[in-house]
Amino acid sequence: MMADFLPGLSLFSLALTFGAFQVGLWCQKKTRSPICNPILIGAALVIIVLLLTGIDPETYTEGTTGLSWLLTPATICLAVPMHRQLKALKKNLPAIFVGVFAGTITSLAVVFGLCRLLTLDRTIAVSLLPKSITTAIGMVLSEENGGIASLTNVVILLTGIIGNLMGTTFCKLFRLSDPVSRGVALGTASHLIGTAKATEIDPLSGAVSSLSLVIAGILTVLLFPLVCNFV
Amino acid sequence: MKYISQMLYILLFSLLGEFLQTVIPLPIPAAIYGLVLLLIALSTGLLKEEKIAETAGFLVSAMPILFVAPVAKLLQFWGIIGPNVVAICVVMAVSSVLVFAVAGLVTKCCLRKKEDKNDG
Repeated sequence: MMADFLPGLSLFSLALTFGAFQVGLWCQKKTRSPICNPILIGAALVIIVLLLTGIDPETYTEGTTGLSWLLTPATICLAVPMHRQLKALKKNLPAIFVGVFAGTITSLAVVFGLCRLLTLDRTIAVSLLPKSITTAIGMVLSEENGGIASLTNVVILLTGIIGNLMGTTFCKLFRLSDPVSRGVALGTASHLIGTAKATEIDPLSGAVSSLSLVIAGILTVLLFPLVCNFV
Repeated sequence: MKYISQMLYILLFSLLGEFLQTVIPLPIPAAIYGLVLLLIALSTGLLKEEKIAETAGFLVSAMPILFVAPVAKLLQFWGIIGPNVVAICVVMAVSSVLVFAVAGLVTKCCLRKKEDKNDG
């Protein structure tokens, strides 16, 4: 197999990730279509290459741990764009808080209701409930309340991708034209991956989205045990 | 080499976040503590933005690529998703649209009310 010819697999994994993402960026630039999302195209290409070469997905994941270590520092750096927009954030804080609060309640209520409607069992319901918040919080909440952490990880990523992919379309659909409401919608609905999109749209949207994901995460930590009582 | 010292500051705040995460018994990740601490340090002038600006800008703009590997990893979780794939997709899609709409529109309404007040 080709895998035998690639002893430097961790470097190969990194190069594959960067190459696949670059192709995604190129597709996005060429087509300007929201479907051509660099994260999605990148991940799809990685999966295709792994399947074709027979490289174990575990090996690939291990090779990219260096990148995953950067996630915490990168998230922390969202403080810089937030600091630049501090005045606007302070001015709009009440509206942002109310919007995030409404969104967080909606998320918990809708997921709870749909799980009931579709008669999904408790384990799955608890795993799906934290889907709109950042992975590190969501996985812990899910596990502590009897959910499956890895399923939560999956749905959180999928939710993020939906937000990143459809964010601009949703903004048009719901006529969200100002950067503050856009930021709240992206950050509350799809956490860090939505925030990555918000920073591309507008610096203020990015800052608002960062703040929203922090507030949504903390609100969910507080509300989660209550909702779990009913599941 | 300003990038080295800039990265060092960012790593120090990450470490502070990790420390708080282990000390405070809440399911809040190190990144959130670190973000709040860095924001406080920047807004109080304890740390000047120039001390981290370029590296922070690079890390924020490079964030999307950090999600490629986790999303590709979904392949390994097919066993969990597979049997419930339709139900999970329905829950994901419906709730994503609704949360997006409610969060955005409620914020928009609040902003508009505030503007009306200011005008009147």
